[in-house]
Amino acid sequence: MDITGRKLFVKALREEGVDTIFGYPGGMVTDIFDELYKQEDIQVVLPRHEQGLIFEAEGYAKATGKVGVCLVTSGPGATNLITGLADAHYDSIPLVCFTGQVPLSLIGNDAFQEVDIVGMTRSVTKYGVTVQDRKDLGRILKMAFHIARTGKPGPVLIDIPKDIQVQSGDSEYPKEVSIRGYKPNESVHIGQLKKAYRLLKSAKRPLILAGGGIHIGHANDELLKFVERTQIPLVTTIMGKGAIPTSHPLYLGNSGMHGKYACNIAVSECDVLFSIGTRFNDRITGDLNEFAPRAKIIHIDVDTAAISRNVVVDVPIVADAKPALEKLCEWAEEQDTLKWREKIKGWDSEHPLEMRRDRGMTPQMIMEHINKMYKEAVIVTDVGQHQMWATQYLELGGRRQLITSGGLGSMGFGLPAAIGAKIGQPYKHVICITGDGGFQMNMQEMATAIVQKAPVTICLFNNYYLGMVRQMQQLFYGKRYAGTCLRRQKGCSATCKGPNEACPPYVPDFVKFAECYGAHGIRVTEESQIQEALEAAKRNEDAPTLIEFIISTDEIVLPMVKGGNPMKEMIL
Amino acid sequence: MKNRWIALYVENQVGVLAKVSGLFSGKSYNLQSLTVGTTEDGTVSRMTICVTSDDITFEQIKKQLNRMVEVIKVIDLTNVPIHMKEILFAKVKDISSSKIDEVFRIAEVFSVQVADIGEDSVLLECKLTERRNNELIELLKSKFHNIEIVRGGAVAIEAISTTCR
Repeated sequence: MDITGRKLFVKALREEGVDTIFGYPGGMVTDIFDELYKQEDIQVVLPRHEQGLIFEAEGYAKATGKVGVCLVTSGPGATNLITGLADAHYDSIPLVCFTGQVPLSLIGNDAFQEVDIVGMTRSVTKYGVTVQDRKDLGRILKMAFHIARTGKPGPVLIDIPKDIQVQSGDSEYPKEVSIRGYKPNESVHIGQLKKAYRLLKSAKRPLILAGGGIHIGHANDELLKFVERTQIPLVTTIMGKGAIPTSHPLYLGNSGMHGKYACNIAVSECDVLFSIGTRFNDRITGDLNEFAPRAKIIHIDVDTAAISRNVVVDVPIVADAKPALEKLCEWAEEQDTLKWREKIKGWDSEHPLEMRRDRGMTPQMIMEHINKMYKEAVIVTDVGQHQMWATQYLELGGRRQLITSGGLGSMGFGLPAAIGAKIGQPYKHVICITGDGGFQMNMQEMATAIVQKAPVTICLFNNYYLGMVRQMQQLFYGKRYAGTCLRRQKGCSATCKGPNEACPPYVPDFVKFAECYGAHGIRVTEESQIQEALEAAKRNEDAPTLIEFIISTDEIVLPMVKGGNPMKEMIL
Repeated sequence: MKNRWIALYVENQVGVLAKVSGLFSGKSYNLQSLTVGTTEDGTVSRMTICVTSDDITFEQIKKQLNRMVEVIKVIDLTNVPIHMKEILFAKVKDISSSKIDEVFRIAEVFSVQVADIGEDSVLLECKLTERRNNELIELLKSKFHNIEIVRGGAVAIEAISTTCR
């Protein structure tokens, strides 16, 4: 029996096990919304902006391990997705995004709300296609989910013209799909792996560098086993933090631009660097000529194109982290790394990761309270200084997960991603750590949190500035704070060098903002108030709680390596 | 930096050419020529691509192409025996009859066909290697003041027994 395209669409979602989608209606998807109205298996979350929508889907996907599904209309609905697509592409988040499109007969006519969304998003999606024929719809939907969730996961965009949605055709939804150009690598080259292990075993100063691929590949247990068996110390990237519990004695901390002193020195001094699930981004390597200069490098990654792109490696291995580590665990034997670890410990005590404790509340204190308060939590950050402090000071791993926009660094990610995570994990505490800049980029999503009954705790670090850029201006641009003061108004001095008595009040008042949505608002200015505020937030299960932490404008993220400099050259 | 050749099998679908060429522009790879046409299997197109790059970038280009869903197979033709030809039309204009004779002599030496002729112009049809075509253009430019060139980009196929390029 033939069915309409829109019916097949809903059937496909069901068969793929989708129970939640993030959708914003519009002219070219009204048919699909109408079909979704007639059923109860799939919940449709209505956000307040399509950028918020796709960040919510990312948070949902990260927190649940499922594919995040988006449904938006053509034209502006589709173009508003682009930042989120790029974000998911960079951080390998499985998304399937459906965009409505004008009818096939109108494509190319500059019709109302027509854009070539597949063309616009080609470089930021894993796969994208416009459905040209109703008979292809089932196969394309199947392909979309298959491609999004297998191999190196990523966003897929399927553009569905309105006439395809209403046209009758085959009711079959294929059980599986074979794509001749897409065969994700599932095996491990044992010979290469043996070579890697021999090299690692011969090392006097071995170091493991773990990236986000450990989380994506669900290889945390295997990595922990491997680390414990070999006794090799481990550093992580930001995306890799929590790969093994941060409290583990063999875990050193993050390396990279804002990494720990001891970690960056360890990378520079190690003789074998065993890296897994990282693509050697410039924030990790700094000056490529000076990166791990004494080390032979082993690189395991699922993406062939990530290997030997930035850093030339000695033993390249294309593999998923989990099967590779499973195999390595079979061979793993204890290595004598005691002296090497003592040395690293020495560097750490020379320059520990620590903020002043002599005057006022610091971000570190807030993070420490969060660490104490939540044993099990999903912590979501926005982008900026607060994000770096979170990645420096949060205790992660085990039952505490971090979700952050790592590759693209999209401000505005935090609140919607936290809402998506809460929708996916309603019984877990979800804490959104955000800044006053990033929060304002998608704060309309507060309404989504309210209507979805998603009581997230928002820890908003307000320093009145776009702090990450301000920090660069303070250090490298002669304290000329161009465009970074959020209190600045018409009439302020053109050459203002920082806060003074004449500064206008901050807009908006975030506590009032929370209250006008029916959320709870608390302002914290001293350390003594942190505990109480977090406890109140924990009790508020009816609505989100926004805690505004007023922090010093002068607080900067340290250590810091200036972009393009060697990792050893840290500002401490 | 040197010229390298790739034969690329791709799905014969809307947007695939844009995706492949977009990769080259988006990642600042130096694309020299790209030709595309369907193969004996109507659902598959084959591209012949020439890029100028160093070794590391070329490895990266092949990997990036390989991971595209629409790409079926990437074959590196840089160091294998192949047959390669490029179609080229050269119109030599505003010349006297004595000069026309000279064009005919050049055509003979280069083994190219004279496809058309008028009172003061000659049209050459060439199916040579890209390098030979370049040489022909240089020669025509040095001898005649008004020439018009249209060239198609090279197509290449693996050799059966010979080693010619």
